[in-house]
Amino acid sequence: MSANQEMAVRYKNNFLKEVEQQVEMGEWVKMCMQCGVCSGSCPTNFHPGWEHPPQEIFMMIRAGKREEVLTSPSMWMCTSCYNCIVRCPRKLPITHIMHGLAEYAYELGLAPKVQPTRNLSKLFWSNATKTGRINELTFSLGMYFKDAEGKINIGQGIKKGLEMQKVALGLLKAKRLNPFEIFGGHKCKDQKGIHAMLAKAYALESKRKGRHVG
Amino acid sequence: MAEEKKFAAYICKGCGLGERLDADKLAGLAQKEGKMQVVKQHDFLCNADGVAMIKNDIANEGVTHIMIAACSRRAKTEAFYFPNNAVARANLREGVIWIRPDTEEARETTQDMAEDYVRMGCAEVKAMTAPGGNVNTGSNRTVLVVGGGLSGMTAALEASKTGYPVVLVEKSGALGGWAAKLWKRIPVHEPFKAPADTGVADMAAQIAADPNIKVYLNSIVAKTDGAPGRFVVSIATESGNVSTEDIGAIIQASGFELYDANRLPHLGYGKSPNVVDQAGLEALAKAANGGPILRPSDGKPVTSVAFVQCAGQRDSTGEHLPYCSGYCCNTSIKQAMYFKDGNPAIDTTVIYTDLRTPGNGEDFYRSAQEKGVIFTKGKVGSVAASGSACTVNFHDLILDDQNAQIEADLVVLATGQVPNSGINIDMSAEEKADEAAAEAAASEAAASSAQPVQFSKKVSVLNLSYRQGPDIPQFKYGFTDSHFICFPYETRRTGIYTAGPVRRPMDMVQAREDATGAALKAIQALENAQLGRAAHPRSGDLSFPKVRIEGCTQCKRCTVECPFGAIDEDEKRFPLFNESRCRRCGTCMGACPVRVISFENYSVDTVGSQIKAVDIPDEFSEKPRILVLACENDAYPALDMAAMKRNEYSAFVRVIPVRCLGSVNTIWITDALNAGYDGVMLMGCKHGEDYQCHFVKGSELGRYRLSKVGDTLKNMNLETERVKDLEVAITDIDNLPRIINEYAQTIADIGMSPFKGF
Repeated sequence: MSANQEMAVRYKNNFLKEVEQQVEMGEWVKMCMQCGVCSGSCPTNFHPGWEHPPQEIFMMIRAGKREEVLTSPSMWMCTSCYNCIVRCPRKLPITHIMHGLAEYAYELGLAPKVQPTRNLSKLFWSNATKTGRINELTFSLGMYFKDAEGKINIGQGIKKGLEMQKVALGLLKAKRLNPFEIFGGHKCKDQKGIHAMLAKAYALESKRKGRHVG
Repeated sequence: MAEEKKFAAYICKGCGLGERLDADKLAGLAQKEGKMQVVKQHDFLCNADGVAMIKNDIANEGVTHIMIAACSRRAKTEAFYFPNNAVARANLREGVIWIRPDTEEARETTQDMAEDYVRMGCAEVKAMTAPGGNVNTGSNRTVLVVGGGLSGMTAALEASKTGYPVVLVEKSGALGGWAAKLWKRIPVHEPFKAPADTGVADMAAQIAADPNIKVYLNSIVAKTDGAPGRFVVSIATESGNVSTEDIGAIIQASGFELYDANRLPHLGYGKSPNVVDQAGLEALAKAANGGPILRPSDGKPVTSVAFVQCAGQRDSTGEHLPYCSGYCCNTSIKQAMYFKDGNPAIDTTVIYTDLRTPGNGEDFYRSAQEKGVIFTKGKVGSVAASGSACTVNFHDLILDDQNAQIEADLVVLATGQVPNSGINIDMSAEEKADEAAAEAAASEAAASSAQPVQFSKKVSVLNLSYRQGPDIPQFKYGFTDSHFICFPYETRRTGIYTAGPVRRPMDMVQAREDATGAALKAIQALENAQLGRAAHPRSGDLSFPKVRIEGCTQCKRCTVECPFGAIDEDEKRFPLFNESRCRRCGTCMGACPVRVISFENYSVDTVGSQIKAVDIPDEFSEKPRILVLACENDAYPALDMAAMKRNEYSAFVRVIPVRCLGSVNTIWITDALNAGYDGVMLMGCKHGEDYQCHFVKGSELGRYRLSKVGDTLKNMNLETERVKDLEVAITDIDNLPRIINEYAQTIADIGMSPFKGF
């Protein structure tokens, strides 16, 4: 049984309850009063990636539309500007709920595959957790050479690299970019300890939420 | 009292009047043309010395009639308060110098204006007598409260605590009304998180223990006779006893009925016992007495419940109630908590289109969300009920899902309030026929089917023996009429106040506040009635209409038009004035075609002689004269305030305040046009659905009468522009001078009246 099926069975279509227990800050969803200020405040203006504004997402959760919510690209479109949180008259942490929903959908394997935000997040996470700090050179090169689906694309990488040439030279001149970082660069001490800490945190979090580890 | 009349004119030179006007000339005018026996000037008339001078003249010189040429009659009312004398005021400050530029070229027309106002003041005071007060008064101090629900009990307790005896009449066998049928009430105290005790038992106990409150249960008001201060009320008890009580003032707290859910078959009512209205749910909760609420169909505990808001309310089709009742959202929130507080696992969904939680309801709403009540924005199309299961079909308005569904064990319909206001006395013949047809259809249906169709024929609440009908006039949707902006408690029957949901839809907090206010207004009314004084808006006025009955032609216009039902007819069909019911608007005076109705200080003559007193310069003078009849409630204060802002307007207008547009007798307009006035402006309040008229119907009746002025103009061969009807609000401070100037220009364009000098 997949993680997704397991959760669906466990919550017997009570999706609101599932969100409350599984999603970061999910217990706030019931407090939404459907005024729509969050949707009206969003600077992304709901360009075609946004299927459902936050107000709608919250309503869908209450209406039990589990598949639709978890497979939606909407929460991946959030730019974390926090305008909605500032303006929400009910003080819902909307940005955090959006990220919480995205994380949960990813965990269940339901998040959309072709999603730049998802790929950026993955790249960032793997880069940062490897040595304990972000390697800007490998991170940006990784972005140049990977397409929206996360596959290597040499042509695109060279093209984007050339586009950014001027910026890179400027950074070099200002000693803000060290080309030798390509060989691994500087790292945190005790990388083993960092990996162990992250693994432990993940295990604790999974246990708390009643999820399977791994 | 054949007392000698002595007229005196006092001309003030303060506030710049002395510098801007030729006071000696005004004084001379008052003496020669105005025929004032005493004429005095004073540098500062409203100061102690000036007032003492007038008082001395009254006491030692035998002055009875006083003309004060100073500021507006709305200013310095305390200084110039001479209750035993007839007083006229010539408005030289707000009416002349403040609205005219202080320039050499304006000097002449400004002086003209002041002279005319002095002439008018003298003419007015000669036509006046000091009002003596209504002698036909009663001094009963008992307050009658009709209805023993929350509003009625509150009114009774409040009046009693203020020291007035109360008679409380309740139709049913117990006090409490709807509030007594509730399991719990919406909380009224911090932290507004959970339903609270209704407090009804406590109130009923207080009433039972109060020797000042006499309670009639199982009783109705069979007849109400008389006027404020001297009502005689027959109270009929179910057993057949009829008691008579002497009453000073009345509070009608007859409450509401829930909108009949039988009219909502599409929402499943009547099809399944599991579809109930809010009162039905309260009954279930009371039966459960704190335990799990049981499903009516099979007695099993309810596991899911849906609340349908605005059931038969806010309906735009015309079939159901068009308005929002304002309390039902909070009630559904409360009722959802009945379930959630007992068992959080019960699914409770409130389906609403717009959730409105007045008072501290927002905290209560948030508390319900915290408890897990689901709120869904949607419009319910239908409720399908088969056996024990109900399906609510709705249009989800956020997700725009036309086919959204919720399954529930129990469906609660929020149906709203219908006022219990008795008979609609203004019902048209058409509406009466409709009602009769509905009644016939209902009785036919009842005869042919086993399921009786309910039809509630309206029965009178007060059974007033007034000429205009047995109940309080209604406004919209059956709610009793009141001046919503300025005098919300006042009905159109003096000394009778409505309180609670009979006046407008409201919740318990509002009803208690409303009832408290009504109790104080009732006390004020009976105290005023005892002193022979008017209630609002001419509060304290001692004048009252007098009729020269030998001149009456029994045309009935006064008895039909009186907005307050003050005038009955005697057995010989002559008008019978009930002075204590009168609000002194003068609508009867304006209506009377033979002009036999007058007030001591306000009559066809007091205004007519002012109109005639104005000096009309000849056709070639380029000085037109425009008569302004301005309502004293809105238009006249607006003109005063325009003057305070020094908004200038034409020197050719002569303003006469009137009590109401309804008091304007068309003879004044005919007289003015005949005398050679070039134009007449009538300034009254807005009428109709959003009326502003302080006498409710006065401006409407006045305008109806004046709509016939066109014929007069035609007969006189005059342009229709010569009479202008204006709707003026008290806020038109900047507009009004502009409109006056535009009208003066219009008059200049069409030319002078040909009637001058005849």
